[in-house]
Amino acid sequence: MNLGNIYRRDRQGFIVLILSIVLFCLFSLFLPAFFSADNLVNLVRSVTLLGILAVAMGMVVIGRGIDLSIISVMAMSTAWFLNMLNQQTPLYIALAIVLLSVIIIGAINGILIAYAEIPALFATLATGIFIYGVGRSQLISQDVIYLPNQHQSLATLGEAHIGPIPLEIILFIAIAALMAFLLRAFKYGRFIYLIGDNLQAARNTGIPVRPLITLQYIISALVAFIAGLVIVTSLHSINTRIINSSLLYDVILVVVVGGIGLSGGRGNMRNVIYGTLLIGLIINGLTILDISDLYQNLIKASFLLIALILDGVINPRDEQTDQQGDI
Amino acid sequence: MKKWQKAWALGLVLSLWGSVAMGRDDPGPASVDKSFKDKTVILVPMAMGMDLSQGWAHYIGKSLKEAGVNFETRDPNWKPDAGAEAITDAINRKVAAIIVQSPDLQSYSKLYKRAQQAGIYVIQVDNPSNYASDAFVGSNWNTVGQLEAQAVVAGCGANSSRKIGVIQGDQVNASSLDQYAGLEAELKKHPGFEVVAAPYSNWDETTARNVTNTLIQQHPDVCGIVDFWSTTAQGTGAAIRDAGKTGKIYLVSTGGGEQADCDRLNSGLLDALVSTDVPNQSRDVSTLVKYFLQSGTQAGSSKSWLYTPESITKRQDVKPGTCWSLKENAASA
Repeated sequence: MNLGNIYRRDRQGFIVLILSIVLFCLFSLFLPAFFSADNLVNLVRSVTLLGILAVAMGMVVIGRGIDLSIISVMAMSTAWFLNMLNQQTPLYIALAIVLLSVIIIGAINGILIAYAEIPALFATLATGIFIYGVGRSQLISQDVIYLPNQHQSLATLGEAHIGPIPLEIILFIAIAALMAFLLRAFKYGRFIYLIGDNLQAARNTGIPVRPLITLQYIISALVAFIAGLVIVTSLHSINTRIINSSLLYDVILVVVVGGIGLSGGRGNMRNVIYGTLLIGLIINGLTILDISDLYQNLIKASFLLIALILDGVINPRDEQTDQQGDI
Repeated sequence: MKKWQKAWALGLVLSLWGSVAMGRDDPGPASVDKSFKDKTVILVPMAMGMDLSQGWAHYIGKSLKEAGVNFETRDPNWKPDAGAEAITDAINRKVAAIIVQSPDLQSYSKLYKRAQQAGIYVIQVDNPSNYASDAFVGSNWNTVGQLEAQAVVAGCGANSSRKIGVIQGDQVNASSLDQYAGLEAELKKHPGFEVVAAPYSNWDETTARNVTNTLIQQHPDVCGIVDFWSTTAQGTGAAIRDAGKTGKIYLVSTGGGEQADCDRLNSGLLDALVSTDVPNQSRDVSTLVKYFLQSGTQAGSSKSWLYTPESITKRQDVKPGTCWSLKENAASA
């Protein structure tokens, strides 16, 4: 376990991990009630949603894309699902319809980006707003949709524990592990790195670039729906106003701070977990210190800026990224 | 004449006489017709996508449409700017009256004044503001705060830790500010009880959940929590459940009395609710509109406050009819 090697392979991730450990020790020593089983479980639980979304965003960013529509897809697909359940649609039919729609939305994102060659930033921004508009005006009538009483079984999942660890956390770790496995062990997973590094070269080598990009966005949309279901198991409802919150920026923050550069081709799920842990530690520490919401946003934003600068220094732009731009 | 012909003739005479006798001059229908014809009333809530606004739109809309008044709604979707535009548009169209839910104490005050100068009646609903317009229909939030405090003190009991948490709305909304004032005033009457933490939820249930989590961590022996809106109480209740303290922390809130509120009471998420009774509140608003349109009073020449009578509803008080239902309203519409 040569530390030097580890450092060289993943400089930013290493720095973030060390920083997390330092913060953890500092908080345990100086903050009352930090180092307790309850608080630590709470800490991880408050960031599972962020973590699951960051797994999806991380995969897309590795392929040098970005998916600004995940929050919209998450909120609207879950809201439509709950709305259908409220209208007495059987569970499996509602689930099937929503899954199909989510796959179609992911496919549309992918087709716009891969085949129509619209930059990912604009395409996903537009689809995100479009999905919100269509969903809010045609599919649901209220901002907040509640889980109907006859489906409280979904709700009990939110209270399930395996040992002392809530089910949500196990789900997050499972999704991150699955994604890491897909990226590392599957041929197509490794191709995503190549696509992220140099699209033209990957295409010339014979990699099916466009179908792979489409698949990326389909998986991203599916993970977003799963994240929505995680919200439902705990809050027994979904509030579509989450789209207007800063959740999207928090997800990008986790991805960038963890060490997955926005220029693509670099990083893995370990970085997502480092980023999630660091942000989770910061948020938890700030709330124990009773620092108000407004200052929390300021501090998170400063971390994002520092991470971006660090990323620019440690991973300097090579000539091809310079020519093609980051996203 | 034969007998049946006599009967017919008598009947004919009687009915003619009857119709002449019934033909008195009733000024009512004519006044209503004249005052309501071609008049438009616009509802501008903070957003249409919540139970309160949909309740008002249904009940006020039904009542006014039956009376022959045009009723429209606008949806600012939580943006005060969009609401200001909607009100300005209504002023330019010279509608008869506007019903507005103010997002904070100050933003719309100038618009209310302009509207009244243009001869438009301004009825504020639910949230008061610094400008007293023709009428305010809503809760006396100070009283609501007092009732919530009474409920939480009773729920905690004298042998408890007497520590109370408050999940406030935001720093600018009148309902949040007044509820807090009422709560504090009532707690002074119960020595020993104190508010140990009062974070803001910004009317969002995920934030409510997170701040309640922290609150319970920092004050594990808190005996009761007051949340200033039942929709955010969904998140607060979830946090109490996460900490395993359902039943040990007494949760009190206030809401429009929609079926979701009764569900929360029945499921144990919420322990007591102060209902703002949207159907009767709406009845007050439509009555005022019908009065103003016929009265001929100048807009801005009078001010009235119609406070919704409030009481505390607990789980055992829930009966069929305690809550109104959005679903049933939508089905009957």
